[in-house]
Amino acid sequence: MSATGLPAATGGAFDPAAAARGWRPPPLIATPWLRYAVYLGALAYALLAFSSIEVNWTRAAEGVERAGRFLGGFFPPDFITKGDDILAGLLESLTMTVVSTGIGIILSIPVALGASRNLAPLPVYLACRGLIAISRTFQEIIIAIVFVAMVGFGPLAGTLTLAFATIGFMAKLIAEDIEDIQASQAEAVRATGASWFQLLAWGVLPQVRPRLIGLSAYRLDINFRESAVLGLVGAGGIGDTLNTSFDRYEFDTAAAVLIVIIVIVLACEYASGFIRRKVQ
Amino acid sequence: MLLTIEGLTKRYPTGDLALDKVDLQVPAGQVMALIGPSGAGKSTLIRCVNRLVEPSAGRVMLDGVALTTLGSGALRRARRRMGMIFQEYALVERLTVMENVLSGRLGYVGFWASWFRRFPRRDIEEAFRLLDRVGLAHMADKRADALSGGQRQRVGIVRALMQDPKLLLVDEPTASLDPKTSRQIMRLIVELCAERGLAAIINIHDVALAQQFARRIVGLRAGRIVFDGPAEDLRAEGLTAIYGEEDWSQTIRRAEEEEEAATESAA
Amino acid sequence: MAILTRADGTPDWRRRTPRADLLVWAGWFGAVALTVACFQFISDRTIWAFVWDAPAQGADLVGRMFPPRWSYASQLWKPLLDTINMATIGTALAIVIGVPLAFLAAHNTTPSRLLVRPAVLFIIVASRSINSLIWALILVIILGPGILAGIMAIALRSVGFIAKLLYEAIEEIDATQVEAVTATGASRPQVLGWAIVPQVMPAFAGISVFRWDINIREATVLGLVGAGGIGMQMQASINVLAWPQVTTIFILILATVLVSEWLSARVRHAVI
Repeated sequence: MSATGLPAATGGAFDPAAAARGWRPPPLIATPWLRYAVYLGALAYALLAFSSIEVNWTRAAEGVERAGRFLGGFFPPDFITKGDDILAGLLESLTMTVVSTGIGIILSIPVALGASRNLAPLPVYLACRGLIAISRTFQEIIIAIVFVAMVGFGPLAGTLTLAFATIGFMAKLIAEDIEDIQASQAEAVRATGASWFQLLAWGVLPQVRPRLIGLSAYRLDINFRESAVLGLVGAGGIGDTLNTSFDRYEFDTAAAVLIVIIVIVLACEYASGFIRRKVQ
Repeated sequence: MLLTIEGLTKRYPTGDLALDKVDLQVPAGQVMALIGPSGAGKSTLIRCVNRLVEPSAGRVMLDGVALTTLGSGALRRARRRMGMIFQEYALVERLTVMENVLSGRLGYVGFWASWFRRFPRRDIEEAFRLLDRVGLAHMADKRADALSGGQRQRVGIVRALMQDPKLLLVDEPTASLDPKTSRQIMRLIVELCAERGLAAIINIHDVALAQQFARRIVGLRAGRIVFDGPAEDLRAEGLTAIYGEEDWSQTIRRAEEEEEAATESAA
Repeated sequence: MAILTRADGTPDWRRRTPRADLLVWAGWFGAVALTVACFQFISDRTIWAFVWDAPAQGADLVGRMFPPRWSYASQLWKPLLDTINMATIGTALAIVIGVPLAFLAAHNTTPSRLLVRPAVLFIIVASRSINSLIWALILVIILGPGILAGIMAIALRSVGFIAKLLYEAIEEIDATQVEAVTATGASRPQVLGWAIVPQVMPAFAGISVFRWDINIREATVLGLVGAGGIGMQMQASINVLAWPQVTTIFILILATVLVSEWLSARVRHAVI
């Protein structure tokens, strides 16, 4: 043993100078050939990918003028000329947000219960997980296209789309939370002779409630943001107004719509942040 | 006999045999300690009684009712007669003390009544009485996670008593408590059992505590009962049968000494 | 939560005081009323005859969508590759811009809490609140149709996402490690490199891969507004009502997204 109380170096033949020469910062990937293969692969991919971008420079030059006009549209934005359209689109977006979030959350709860391995039997679990996978895989826009084909143009198609997307989002995250609960608390409730529903209300719900409320607020925020684009495929909302103003090159109105969207999203974000802090 | 267990066997899906044809009888009002090494099947045994774990074979009779064959509704009614106290307290942490206590009545009230927390007046009075008995009446509106370990376990005991049970199933009640609090909790359980004429099966690691507080001791090893007798009869041979070869001469004496130390530090 | 006293002096327990109870009920009633009113508004703008027809329409649609036209897939490999490229390059670009923004925004690394932080936070919010489809719409007008507009749209939307999650991670780091490195006499950039970056590295990797996964999904639809990728083929097929082709595209998208999700889950597991 050395004087410091640390075990002595192996055999006393340790050469600090040699070790220092040999020392390198540890690389990110330990195996050398894999490391270089990854670097090479990334480089090759980057080259290939960049070469696939075709840029039409004359078109882009034309675009500069339009970009100028578009940016000019922000100074000042025109809220007035198409004021009625903006207001109508906004109201539609907001109502779609409220209804779809409400319906989506209510429907997502049974799906979340079914998708929790610690509560549901295997067949139910697989069915619910499948539903979640479908809802999460497709972009809202794609689902909106299908709903528009089914129920026609208008905000109802958008509402259904957002509700469907909400189910996948909420159910997945809530199910994860349910699978993470403390089993002992649920077991204790079960031991009192509680029924299955009482087990949910007393053993599970108190543990997942903060997350449920936080996610609901967050999803409200997301649904509003998404409602702003569903109009592109005719599913209602302020995206409709935006799309029309772009089509007609009314950039000052488009700027006004964008500002309205940003302001509302900001307000939503602050509100949902406030709610989430409150329930923790 | 209040509780009769015949040939109780539990084999987990992994193939582990946790209980191997256990026979056990517990008369009304008897406080019994169940000791044994970790993995001997103590936890499984009491969970098979109220069927939180489904037994693979055997019979469990409570007050003449065969628990092992009950359907889910009847099982829930039967569970009301068996209060359970847990190792890590297992309180629902985001609910208040009072709500945790009232959750002991869940087997007696309907879903919507429990959802809106509408419990009969008698239940609420009983809850206050019991909380006062364990010295926690002033904590009724605290959230369960704001309590200390000893306080939480007392809430756990009150929750079990709210069920108006005939039998207490107690799973390592002192495992997460300091020695002094452990003794207070054990004494509380034994006193309450005496007051209300309850029988209890107490799983416990600590042999000294078991001998001090329980009159009867059952030793479990690898899923079989290897000792069953009065506490004072548990000697070195018995402990060797339960835990294996070791020098036990200090363990048996230690109980009284620790008790003295605990009362001194409390004074 | 309340303990009340009854007329006879014994304590009574309610979950809430009667006043709080009333407020909660009023809150629920308000929420339901608002939802119903909003639904009424939507319902007024809906032609219900179409909706009642929806099951028939849906069945008809499904009938026309199947069987998928597999031969069409041969024309889809190039657009699919474009889609993946858009997502990957866009994400890489967003990382390059987003990471410095995150360090400027986090209150423990920002050079100025009064000036820089609010300005950067505004950029982050603006980037996040505008959907990548809207960014694409704007960029197609400026740059013309093609995958460049798509890449830029993905990048502009992702900058805010990456910067936001990363600056939150930076704000949550363990301050004592920073203190320890500062105590060695390290300069500010050295503190950044030795105390802060190692702590946020796993979060950074997780966020980047997560966003890449989302971007694959988003890139599949950018073509609807002309910003390149498989969405262009989808738009073209829908315009001529070639539903069997649309089904082929859907299946291809489903497969791509599932693979990317699996990949990103693997990577995130590895780094966390």
